Amino acid sequence: MTSEADESAKRTPLYDLHVERGGKMVPFAGHALPVQYPLGIVKEHLHCRRAAGLFDVSHMGQVRLSGAGAAAALETLVPVDLLGLADGRQRYACFTNDAGGILDDLMVSRLGEDLLLVVNAACKEQDIAHLKAGLGPSIPLEVLGDRALLALQGPAAAEVLARFAPQVATQPFMAVQRLTIEGADCLVARSGYTGEDGYEISVPEAAAEALARALLEQAEVEPIGLGARDSLRLEAGLCLYGQDIDSETTPVEGSIAWSISKARRDGGARAGGFPGAETILRQLAEGPERRRVGLRPEGRAPVREGAVLQDEAGKAVGKVTSGGFGPSVGGPVAMGSVASGLAAPGTKLNAVVRGKPLPVEVARLPFIEQRYYRG
Amino acid sequence: MSDTRYSEDHEWIRVEGDVATVGITDYAQEQLGDIVFVELPDAGRGLEQGKEAAVIESVKAASEINAPLDGEVTESNGALADEPGLANSDPMGAGWFFKMKIADAGQLDKLMDEAAYKAHVDAQ
Repeated sequence: MTSEADESAKRTPLYDLHVERGGKMVPFAGHALPVQYPLGIVKEHLHCRRAAGLFDVSHMGQVRLSGAGAAAALETLVPVDLLGLADGRQRYACFTNDAGGILDDLMVSRLGEDLLLVVNAACKEQDIAHLKAGLGPSIPLEVLGDRALLALQGPAAAEVLARFAPQVATQPFMAVQRLTIEGADCLVARSGYTGEDGYEISVPEAAAEALARALLEQAEVEPIGLGARDSLRLEAGLCLYGQDIDSETTPVEGSIAWSISKARRDGGARAGGFPGAETILRQLAEGPERRRVGLRPEGRAPVREGAVLQDEAGKAVGKVTSGGFGPSVGGPVAMGSVASGLAAPGTKLNAVVRGKPLPVEVARLPFIEQRYYRG
Repeated sequence: MSDTRYSEDHEWIRVEGDVATVGITDYAQEQLGDIVFVELPDAGRGLEQGKEAAVIESVKAASEINAPLDGEVTESNGALADEPGLANSDPMGAGWFFKMKIADAGQLDKLMDEAAYKAHVDAQ
């Protein structure tokens, strides 16, 4: 059954293909995207963990910064070592605000002197304005509005993509390279949002549908919608901007302090120098008051975003930031923000669902074994 | 003889004597997607037409199942609680939710027959 998305929603270059494959189209961050295909969310999820899934993530923003000063300039907006980012490598980063909160999370890749950024669709306009204001006119910024983005994820992704471009087989995790695939000038990153090995492929809009069709013709590949994209990233313990992290949450509170490079920390070569540095560096030294943790509900009922978390005495100690059913786990999984004293794995809490306290236990993330390519 | 009626909320109600068996329709399960959890009412619980009787959670979201009639729960489907996917695979059969003793048979007249329900779905 296909329901038409809001007319105002933008169509990606794969819109017709989604409809043809029976995608249930919904408005998402201003775009019409499939929440699921006829296979359904659970089977799509399991297929991606078992073989390979193709995702249309063309709604995400792609931005190119060029010129020799780009890395140094971008370092003023993110707590990440970009001068040390080697050609052909990628890093995860956050734009921070003056209070240390996260304005958006993004991937930064270096190709030659250029930096290529992938930002969240819902934050795209705000990010571009933030970049222009923060980088100044001397750093050329180009929004790559004519490129689509496909993600091919799963244990069979490498074998599948290598049929089109053998060079990807040994491409390291978090590496990027320019490749011609099916005649199209693509930028291929070995990373993703599922916890599985896989690639994100930036492809010119005009060539996107042909590439997607060629990948879907491979026996291992099924198209995967937004529903399974969310359950896959949740099981992998990956943050969704706007839920698990937001402008009120610092990278330390969001348990993504690993993304803050050594060079930008106290004692590093370029310590501080990003918005909110004082707060973030203090939290790194002293620990945050609250932090993101994994949560395993003890029963079978899913515990969803917004549910209040209580300690065993019934006092509110945090809230669920993402939650749902984990098809690979075979039960409910969630993440939440809790007072730091209650963040140790094994801590018993309750999540209030429909007025009733349901027992949950703080759990290590990720819920599944991450299977990134390690060479 | 049993008679199956339908509610606007996409429930089916199969009536045998003064007992109604309640479940969700094929249209409802398709709209909900993969069902991963159900919370069913215990036997003996009084239900009021239009008020929450059960909770159903798909991968995507939680929804309420409202009582289609006034009455008292006589039995809930333990097999469904153990295997919520039955509501997807056999919504009109093994995926039933609960049985209830009908308090006011007159309420049945306001429920739809199969033809009216089909028109209701086509209008969605």
